Amino acid sequence: MDFGFSKREELFLQMIREFAENEVKPLAAEVDEQERFPMETVEKMAKIGIMGIPVPVEYGGQGGTNQMYSMAVEELSRVCATTGVIVSAHTSLCINPILEYGTEEQKMKYVPKLAAGEWIGAFGLTEPNAGTDAAMQQTTAVLDGDEWVLNGTKIFITNAGYAHVYVVMAMTNKEMGTRGISAFIVEKGTPGFSIGKKEKKMGIRGSATCELIFENCRIPKENLLGEQGKGFKIAMNTLNGGRIGIAAQALGIAQGALDETVKYTKERKQFGRAISAFQNTQFQLANLDAKIQAARLLVREASYNKDMHKPYAVEAARCKLFAAETAMEVTTKAVQFHGGYGYTREYPVERMMRDAKITEIYEGTSEVQRMVIAGNLFK
Amino acid sequence: MNIVVCIKQVPNTNEIKINPETGTLIRDGVPSIMNPDDKGGLEMALRLKDQYGANVTVITMGPPQADAILREAFAMGADRAILLTDRKFAGADTLATSYALAGAIKTLDYDLIIAGRQAIDGDTAQVAPEMAEHLGLPQVSYTVDLKYNNGLCLVKKETEEGYQMLEVPTPCVLTVLAIANQPRYMSVKGIMEAFDKEVEIWTADKIDVDPNRLGLKGSPTRVKKSFTKPQKSPGQVYEVDAEEAVGIIISKLKEKFII
Ligand SMILES: Cc1cc2nc3c(=O)[nH]c(=O)nc-3n(C[C@H](O)[C@H](O)[C@H](O)COP(=O)(O)OP(=O)(O)OC[C@H]3O[C@@H](n4cnc5c(N)ncnc54)[C@H](O)[C@@H]3O)c2cc1C
Ligand SMILES: Cc1cc2nc3c(=O)[nH]c(=O)nc-3n(C[C@H](O)[C@H](O)[C@H](O)COP(=O)(O)OP(=O)(O)OC[C@H]3O[C@@H](n4cnc5c(N)ncnc54)[C@H](O)[C@@H]3O)c2cc1C
Repeated sequence: MDFGFSKREELFLQMIREFAENEVKPLAAEVDEQERFPMETVEKMAKIGIMGIPVPVEYGGQGGTNQMYSMAVEELSRVCATTGVIVSAHTSLCINPILEYGTEEQKMKYVPKLAAGEWIGAFGLTEPNAGTDAAMQQTTAVLDGDEWVLNGTKIFITNAGYAHVYVVMAMTNKEMGTRGISAFIVEKGTPGFSIGKKEKKMGIRGSATCELIFENCRIPKENLLGEQGKGFKIAMNTLNGGRIGIAAQALGIAQGALDETVKYTKERKQFGRAISAFQNTQFQLANLDAKIQAARLLVREASYNKDMHKPYAVEAARCKLFAAETAMEVTTKAVQFHGGYGYTREYPVERMMRDAKITEIYEGTSEVQRMVIAGNLFK
Repeated sequence: MNIVVCIKQVPNTNEIKINPETGTLIRDGVPSIMNPDDKGGLEMALRLKDQYGANVTVITMGPPQADAILREAFAMGADRAILLTDRKFAGADTLATSYALAGAIKTLDYDLIIAGRQAIDGDTAQVAPEMAEHLGLPQVSYTVDLKYNNGLCLVKKETEEGYQMLEVPTPCVLTVLAIANQPRYMSVKGIMEAFDKEVEIWTADKIDVDPNRLGLKGSPTRVKKSFTKPQKSPGQVYEVDAEEAVGIIISKLKEKFII
C-alpha cells in the first residue's frame, strides 16, 4: 500500500475539495439549523458521479475505488457531516449489498439508477428491540404465493423518505435464529410501506432519520436479496463496509474541526498575543493532528483491503473505533480552544461537536467495534 | 467542429513573490493550477461540444509537470491533449511562446481556437493575440459570451465602457475571461478515464517552426530589472458633499505640486 496519493487520487481530491468548499460548506450551518435534507446538493453530486463512486461502469457507476469513495466522504464531512452520511448510507448500505448479493436482474434494475443518484438508497436493520443485538428482529416476512408479506417497524433509518430503494432485514423463520433472517429490496411507494416519525437529533440534523412501517406490505418474490436465511450475514458484511464510510465521516469532522481551530487560534488574541502562541495550544493541537493522521491511515488501510478483495472486517472496526473517538476528542477540544465563541452557533465547531457523537454510535457502537477487534485477538 | 483550447499551468496565487536577488519567480511550494481564464475558455469549448458536438483538443507548452492540467482537462471532457515540451522551448518570452503554439496548432485541424485572456503569472495578455497574427486569423479578445451558428461566432466582448457584440467567421481566435462562466467540476468517471488516455508529447521537431525562433533564442524581450511593488499607503476617506470634496482634492493636488 502506498501512504501517499496516486496522481489520480490527487486529481480526485482537488475536485472533491473544490466541490465541498463551493457547494457544500455554504449550506452546512443552514441545513443543520433548519434540519433540512440538502436535496440540491444530492442533485449536484449526482451530476458529477459522487453518488456512485465505487460502482463498476457496467452498472452505471463511475468505476472508482473504495479509496476514492472514502476520500469523498471525508472531504464532504470535513465541511458538512450531514452530506457525508447521505453519501455513505446510500453507497455502503444500499448499493453495496445489492451489488454483492443481488441477482443480475436486481443489479440491472436498481444499481444504475442508484449510482446515477436518480434514486437514493437506504438500509433498514435496527428495530426498537433490535439495536446492538440486531439478531432480535421482529419484522417478519411471509411468502404468500408470488409475494413476500412484510410486517413490522424499523427505526433510526438514514435517508428514509428521500430514498427510493430500501434494503430491509426481516425474519423469515423464527426458529432458525440468525439463520432465519433474510434481506429484501423494498421500493418507496409500495402499498403497506410508509415512513413514520422523523427523529429530532443532536447532530447530522440535515440527514433524515425516520421509522419505516410495514403493514401487510407485499413485495414481489424476486425482491428477496441473496439467499433466504442469509440476511443476517448480509447485514453484518454490509456494515463491515459501511464502517469504513463512517470512519471517513468521523475523520472528516475531526479534520474540519482542527482546521477551524488552527485558523481561530491564530486570529484570537489574549494577553497581547495570539492564543496559538501558547505552548499549550500548540502541543494539544499537535497531538490532535497526529491522531487524525493515524485515523486517516487506518481508513486508507481498510479501504485498500476492500479494493484488493482482502479481508477488511477487523480493519474496518479499528478505523471506525479510532476515527470516531478521535472526532469526539478533536471536536470537544476545538470548542475549548474557541472559548465561549465555540459554544455558540457563530462558529462551526459547535455543530461539529454535535455531529461527531453519532460516529461512536451508528453502524455498530464503539463497544461493538471493540468486540470485533477483541474477537480477532482471542479467536 | 474542431476546437483547440490553449491552457497554461500557473502557480496558484495572485501574489507571486519574486526573489529579489535573482529577479525570478519563487515557485517552490506554490501549488500549480490551470490558469483561471483558460478554464473559462475550456468550459466555453465544452459547452459548444455539449450543444453542437465538437472535438476539443487542449494544448499547453510547458515542463513535463504540466501534464496535470491536461489530465484535468480530460476529466472535464476534453477529447485530446497535447503537451509541447522540449528544452528548445525554454526561456521563451511571449513572442516565442505564441510562435511555438501557432506552429503546433498549424498542424491540427481547427475551426476555433480559444485561449484565456491572460495568465495570472505572466499577466501580459499577449500570447493569444500574437498567436492569431502568426496564424493570420481574426481575433476577439475579452470574450464573455459566445454563440455559434453555422461557421459564425457571435461574440460578446467586454470593454471598459460596456460590451461589444461582434460577429466573426471561423476559423478565428478568441480570448476568454474567467468570469464568462462557471466551469464544470471534473466528473469522477472523467478522472478515472483521464489517466487511461494518452497525453501526446510533442517536441520542437514535431511542429511547423523555424528552430531559431524558439526559446531564449527567439525571444527579443530582456528583463532589465524586476522588483516587488512597494505597498501603497492606505488612502484617506472623506465623507463630504461634492462641493467640499472638490475643494479638498484641489488643495491636496496642490500640496503635492501636481497642479
Ligand atoms: C442518526 C442515526 C442514524 C441511524 N441510521 C441507521 C440506518 O440507516 N439503518 C439502521 O439499520 N440503523 C440505523 N441507526 C441505528 C444504530 O445503528 C443503532 O442506534 C445502534 O446500532 C445502537 O443500537 P441502539 O440504539 O438500540 O443501542 P443499544 O443497543 O440499546 O445500546 C445502548 C448501549 O449499550 C451498549 N451495549 C449494547 N450491547 C452491549 C454489549 N453486549 N456489550 C457492551 N455494551 C453493549 C451499546 O454499545 C450502547 O452504548 C441509526 C441511528 C441513529 C441515531
Ligand atoms: C525574457 C523572458 C524569459 C522568460 N523565460 C521563461 C522561462 O524560462 N520559463 C518560464 O516558465 N517562463 C518564462 N517566461 C515567461 C513566459 O514568456 C510567459 O509565461 C509566456 O510567454 C506566457 O505569457 P503570459 O504568462 O503573459 O501569458 P498571457 O499572454 O497572459 O496568456 C494569454 C493566454 O495565452 C495562452 N497561453 C499562454 N502561455 C501558454 C502556454 N505556455 N501554453 C499554452 N497556452 C498558453 C493561455 O490561454 C493564456 O491564458 C519568460 C518571459 C520573458 C519575457
